[in-house]
Amino acid sequence: MATIRIPMPLRKLTNDAETVSSDAGSLAEAIDGLEATYPGIKERLCDEAGGIRRFVNIYVNGEDVRFLDNINTRLGANDEVSIVPAVAGGA
Amino acid sequence: MAVSVYIPTPFRKLTGNRQNVQADGASVAEVLADVDRQFPGFRALVFGQGDTVPAHINIYVNKQEITSLDGIDTQVRDGDEVAVIPAMAGGSGEDAAPPRKRIGALTPQQVDRYSRHIIMPQVGPSGQRKIMESSVLIIGAGGLGSPIAVYLALAGIGKIGIVDFDTVDISNLQRQILHQNDDIGKMKALSAKETIIAYNPDVEVVTHEAPITSDNAMEIIGRYDYVINGADNFAARYLVNDTCHFLQKPLIDGSILLFDGQVTVYLPGQGCYRCLYPSPPPPGMVPSCAEAGVLGALCGTVGTIQATEVLKLILGVGDSLHGRLLLYDALAMEFRQVRIRKDPNCVLCGEHPTVTGLIDYDAWCGGAFGHTNEEEQKAAEAAAKARDRAASAMNA
Repeated sequence: MATIRIPMPLRKLTNDAETVSSDAGSLAEAIDGLEATYPGIKERLCDEAGGIRRFVNIYVNGEDVRFLDNINTRLGANDEVSIVPAVAGGA
Repeated sequence: MAVSVYIPTPFRKLTGNRQNVQADGASVAEVLADVDRQFPGFRALVFGQGDTVPAHINIYVNKQEITSLDGIDTQVRDGDEVAVIPAMAGGSGEDAAPPRKRIGALTPQQVDRYSRHIIMPQVGPSGQRKIMESSVLIIGAGGLGSPIAVYLALAGIGKIGIVDFDTVDISNLQRQILHQNDDIGKMKALSAKETIIAYNPDVEVVTHEAPITSDNAMEIIGRYDYVINGADNFAARYLVNDTCHFLQKPLIDGSILLFDGQVTVYLPGQGCYRCLYPSPPPPGMVPSCAEAGVLGALCGTVGTIQATEVLKLILGVGDSLHGRLLLYDALAMEFRQVRIRKDPNCVLCGEHPTVTGLIDYDAWCGGAFGHTNEEEQKAAEAAAKARDRAASAMNA
């Protein structure tokens, strides 16, 4: 099972769950799985074309999936998926 | 021939904790020999086993370093002051960027003030001088800018620039430690300057009380060695990033929201904020601190990490956060890291850049997504609603 880490601003959608387990074989499947359990979350991560939004970064084991296989990046057991949205706050 | 010899903190155990002792002699060598007669062991502590002044010890006569005079044979006269300032072993690394502002010998008071730095091998007198010769621009005198400015002021940074066009509001005081109750209504940049000077009058503070824009960013940022970002909106973050890229300035970036923080370092030519986040979210998609809130103490954690990173860069020590995004989750109390790569497709610093000058960042961060005055109105309304929610939560 891969572990998906949910960032604070999206936890409203996951009933405050900080991590969600997934047995999906790819990132795309994992996001669809998230959407099935927590409707509305996919729209926050993906644009209309199904690609990852450009102000949201997704990392598999600390590596940005843009430098792997993007949304088709394979997931294996014990992989850790981190969702990191851009945050502008400083004040 | 009585001269006053300044004894630095690490050597004072020999002198019964006296900071200044009187000694006789016509030259520095004779004076130090006399100190050794009065406080046996002093010479061994300063010179080690050799006869010459070791490289990690600087000796000053009336604030002038003796290697620029006659060395150990420099003549002294009645009433002169001799100061012995140790850099601990390994502390004299001279490999960092050349300083802009030359600091001569530290005064005895400065040696005392910065003694906890100076006694560290990674800092030493030469490192402390580098800190005092550096200039740092802080974008925003708010949640992040506050702890950054305070720690950099205490560290003795030579020149601190503060960019902030806002005034102090009572809602800032839950976290912005640069400002106090009596500052409400005052320009934040001015309030910041007063606080910094009160902490350390050695620091030169320059205030920039207008918003940073594409028209003034190059001129403002060009005046500093390092830039630390504590901005509170995406437009300013992209503007500062792009300017730092064009001017080849190191940028220490941090951002906060709710219980979460992000920190990293961008070094010239090695990736930028656009490599990490190619474009901003549409207005309203990611809430601001004003809309969603932020834990006050989180600002301290993230801002202090930013201050730490700039001091490391100045000293040329350790491993910076360059190439790594540090994620801080205060609720879980976890620090994690992800890798940041220089993106060959980056429109700013990639192989085929299309952004070759500063643009209209407000329009880009809003306009590209149909951001209008109406959207700004909505954001203001959301912030007002957040205030109302806070008020009703208190009264519930």
